[in-house]
Amino acid sequence: MTPTLETTDRTLETTGLKVRLRLADDWFTVCDLSALLPGRGVAALLPDGRQAAVFADRSGRLFAVDNRDPFTGAAVLSRGLTGTHRGRPFVASPLLKQRFDLESGRCLDDETVRVTAYEAVAVPL
Amino acid sequence: MSTDTPTIVLVGHGMVGQRFLQALAERGLTATHRVVVLCEEPRPAYDRVQLTSYFSGRTPGDLSLTDPAFIEAHGIELRVGDPALAVDRAAREVTARSGLVVRYDVLVLATGSYPFVPPVPNKDAEGCFVYRTIEDLLAIEEYAKNSTTGAVVGGGLLGLEAAGALQGLGLTSHIVEFAPRLMPVQVDEGGGAALLRTIEDMGLSVHTGVGTQEIVVGEDGAVTGMRLSDGSELATDLVVFSAGVRPRDQLARDCGLDVGERGGITVDEQCRTVTDPRVFAIGECALAADGRVYGLVAPGYEQAETVAATLAGDGSAFTGADLSTKLKLLGVDVASFGDAHGTTGDCLDVVYSDSRAGLYKKLVVGRDGTLLGGVLVGDAEAYGTLKAFTGSVPPVPPESLVLPAGAGASVRLGPSALPDDAIICSCNNVRKGTVREAVTVHRCTTVPEVKKCTKAGTTCGSCVKVLGRLVEAELEASGVEVDKGLCGCFSQSREELYEIVLALRVTSFRDLLDRHGREGARGGDGCEVCKPAVGSIIASLAPTIGASTHVLDGEQAALQDTNDHFLANLQKNGSYSVVPRIPGGEITPEKLIVIGEIARDFGLYTKITGGQRIDMFGARVEQLPLIWTRLVDAGFESGHAYGKSLRTVKSCVGQTWCRYGVQDSVRMAIDLELRYRGLRSPHKLKSAVSGCQRECAEARSKDFGVIATASGWNLYVGGNGGATPRHADLLAQDLSDAGLVRLIDRFLMFYIRTADRLERTSVWLDRIPGGLDHVRDVVVHDSLGICDELENLMAAHVAHYRDEWAETISDPGKLARFVSFVNAPDTPDPVVAFVPERDQMKPDLPLLAIGLRPADDVLEGTATR
Ligand code: SRM
Ligand SMILES: Cc1cc2nc3c(=O)[nH]c(=O)nc-3n(C[C@H](O)[C@H](O)[C@H](O)COP(=O)(O)OP(=O)(O)OC[C@H]3O[C@@H](n4cnc5c(N)ncnc54)[C@H](O)[C@@H]3O)c2cc1C
Ligand code: SF4
Ligand code: FES
Repeated sequence: MTPTLETTDRTLETTGLKVRLRLADDWFTVCDLSALLPGRGVAALLPDGRQAAVFADRSGRLFAVDNRDPFTGAAVLSRGLTGTHRGRPFVASPLLKQRFDLESGRCLDDETVRVTAYEAVAVPL
Repeated sequence: MSTDTPTIVLVGHGMVGQRFLQALAERGLTATHRVVVLCEEPRPAYDRVQLTSYFSGRTPGDLSLTDPAFIEAHGIELRVGDPALAVDRAAREVTARSGLVVRYDVLVLATGSYPFVPPVPNKDAEGCFVYRTIEDLLAIEEYAKNSTTGAVVGGGLLGLEAAGALQGLGLTSHIVEFAPRLMPVQVDEGGGAALLRTIEDMGLSVHTGVGTQEIVVGEDGAVTGMRLSDGSELATDLVVFSAGVRPRDQLARDCGLDVGERGGITVDEQCRTVTDPRVFAIGECALAADGRVYGLVAPGYEQAETVAATLAGDGSAFTGADLSTKLKLLGVDVASFGDAHGTTGDCLDVVYSDSRAGLYKKLVVGRDGTLLGGVLVGDAEAYGTLKAFTGSVPPVPPESLVLPAGAGASVRLGPSALPDDAIICSCNNVRKGTVREAVTVHRCTTVPEVKKCTKAGTTCGSCVKVLGRLVEAELEASGVEVDKGLCGCFSQSREELYEIVLALRVTSFRDLLDRHGREGARGGDGCEVCKPAVGSIIASLAPTIGASTHVLDGEQAALQDTNDHFLANLQKNGSYSVVPRIPGGEITPEKLIVIGEIARDFGLYTKITGGQRIDMFGARVEQLPLIWTRLVDAGFESGHAYGKSLRTVKSCVGQTWCRYGVQDSVRMAIDLELRYRGLRSPHKLKSAVSGCQRECAEARSKDFGVIATASGWNLYVGGNGGATPRHADLLAQDLSDAGLVRLIDRFLMFYIRTADRLERTSVWLDRIPGGLDHVRDVVVHDSLGICDELENLMAAHVAHYRDEWAETISDPGKLARFVSFVNAPDTPDPVVAFVPERDQMKPDLPLLAIGLRPADDVLEGTATR
């Protein structure tokens, strides 16, 4: 099945702001900002078939990392719990609880592992 | 080893024998000597002191004191099931039953005792037992299967333990004691009276001041009763003799060693027999230099150390020991220490007694204020501290030490007030100074580490509480901060946060964090530890504090663990499992068919769970609402398999069908499951109801388990399966339906209030100060005056329960999250894939980078740190 890539109108109320991720050479629009609940993530399908986990924290900062949990192979990081560790934002994998720094993608519990981190912004569209 | 290596032969591999081997090894003597051990029992040394715990689920393997690796590493020749038959002292040879003859340079006798059986007619009849070895217990257990009544001859320490065990086996139990009171050796008259009342309240019949004259047998020769000295007859199917022990000194007598008038191998202060310098005797078979035969393990351990030291050429002597004991019988504390009977001239008694509460505490104090000894019945909390103060003048007046908490002048003397040479662990003779050194010098930071380092607390366990407080105090004193905070965001424990949320009616995590979090964490996002913990507290209290009762409402949605967030259980490939509630495991054929149809239509893997219900695996996140729409239509509701909340209340078929059943266990299980469904708690809660003592529902492995009796229900709490199984403890007996529910309401709410995060009731019960007794005081006797509040909290929960899934499928806002991709809601996650297996399917796992697979031992809810 070919994935549909347009933003849908599922999230009804918008603040007019859209969440965008910086991919290799372009910005990619993911969803309305209002689709993000602070402290919780969503998964987005990227044009090349990969997936991104996108988060907002309570102050409105946005983060995005690869959705695939490198420890299990399942695409679930968007479903993990987020938090702050020594002032830095992280997400804990819902499967085996390893934590990943949301800005750098580095795994806090195993320094040999990291996931791709994307720059994320909210822009009026 | 060459033949001219000196040989040590140990006869008897009991508790003291094993300690002797350890002492040899520690002094390096196993390297320089050949060590041969003749062990009569069919298994190597085990913990006889904890023998009775076999009936609460400890296996013979759990009781073992012998590590095969230790025996092997030290080259010890351990001959199990091969007793010594004869000793030839002239030739220095021991002959074993197998025919083996060993020549010794040193012979150590540690043959223990045998139970004394009074010479009454028919004492050897079928159905008569003693209580000393694992084999004795196995035989009693087997015979009890076809018995309904049991009687124990002897109301001493062991007799009471045996009677408790018989009761636990479902027998109506009697205790026959010749003396006018129970435990005549350890406690005085007042203590005996308090003990009697409590023991009788537990349903045991006690006959004091009467002797056993004859065992009455039926035509087949098996026991049918006992004739007592007052002329009465007591009908019983089984008799356990527990009328004291006698030293096993026959082997010694036969080879001409001197024995005492009333038995016991006579030894000097080095535990060397007075007859032969090459022969030693230790433990219960020895008559020590102070003229006593000790029937407790601690003096035996000291004797074992003495002999090892003597053999190593170190000066050491055994000159006598303390006879303090503490035990817990059927949940009653009994302790005596020092000069409990006040035999020292010119001493005073300080007595506190409350017969209604079954409390009796007596201290014996010298004229100059020295604490000489005492007796504690019903509450032996202070035992460890008091025992350690024995022989010194305590820093506070003695009466303040026996008054119960809350009675005005009560003082709790912390172990920090103890002098360094006070004995903390009398089983292993460990002084306070040694425990402190373990922390300050050997850098132990936890109780298990200190136990390992000092051996303190490794025998009867009665000192562990004091040990814990001492370790904590020592850590604090040496500047190690003992942080009891929940996580890096909160310095409070879960219990403290619960109190804050309840008292201040805090309904938001952010408020709590910003007002009560640690300095650096305020204004932040919290973490994966505190968010679900606070989410659970708010959910437990929701109706009372005025928060929304749906876990996916507002900010609460962001706090939930991923399973709660999707109201389903995440599986290894990112798919989910679905578990509808099947209360009590009872289900109609129509509902079974619906489950079958749904599983077939969505292509789900189905399995009967260990919790008496059905799990459907392999649902994609976007299928969950569709599946639940059909389930809710058919009358199902969430089974909360995902929540830290009530899982299942299992049932057995009970009185309705089963020929043994005495109550309707299925109905009770359904009632309980429906009452407590959806209740968020520190960890998951499980329950079961059995229709009779046969316990087919395995209620005693549950957080709260219910077993039917002829007149009502027995409630057991703190059971656990899983990695560290624990049998539940009896909280109350013969409850009515309403009484049972009221007590469970209180118990659960008290647990939710005071437990740590992810702490099952079993761990909680073992951790909280005062343990089961304290919980019983609070929830049965309302000692804190909070039972009304606990009941009201539960009533609010019950009144506000609504099915999470029914609400979710009718709320578009909540449904929006059930998509794989926010930007492609109709696209399923391509990573979730399956392959066929055994006519169903299983996850097709994505390829993993080698070496990344994490440890297998990560439990649900455990951070890998
Ligand atoms: C499905 C089931 C196995 C089965 O196929 O039968 C199961 C499956 C899981 N168990 Fe279990 N347990 C299941 C019955 C049990 C039982 C037996 C029982 O309840 O009678 C036990 C032992 C009893 C007990 O809990 O005391 C049990 C002890 C555990 C433990 C260890 C708990 C402990 O205190 O040591 C864990 C890990 C944990 O909770 O931290 C666990 C955790 C889990 C988790 C949640 C692990 C996870 O995070 O993925 C599994 C999720 C299942 C799912 O996705 O649906 N499961 N688990 C059973 C579901 C019962 C139900 O209907 O709800
Ligand atoms: C149910 C129960 C509860 C108890 N509770 C407590 C308590 O709370 N506190 C406490 O301090 N004490 C308690 N005791 C007493 C404690 O168990 C004993 O003091 C301790 O076991 C004595 O150790 P021992 O090695 O001298 O004797 P045992 O442990 O009895 O060991 C002697 C061993 O020698 C073997 N043996 C005998 N003859 C021969 C032979 N000829 N050849 C080879 N082997 C032989 C025996 O089979 C036995 O295995 C309890 C005892 C029982 C039964
Ligand atoms: S516990 Fe008792 S009533 Fe229930 S099924 Fe088993 S034997 Fe029957
Ligand atoms: S007093 Fe028995 S283990 Fe410490």
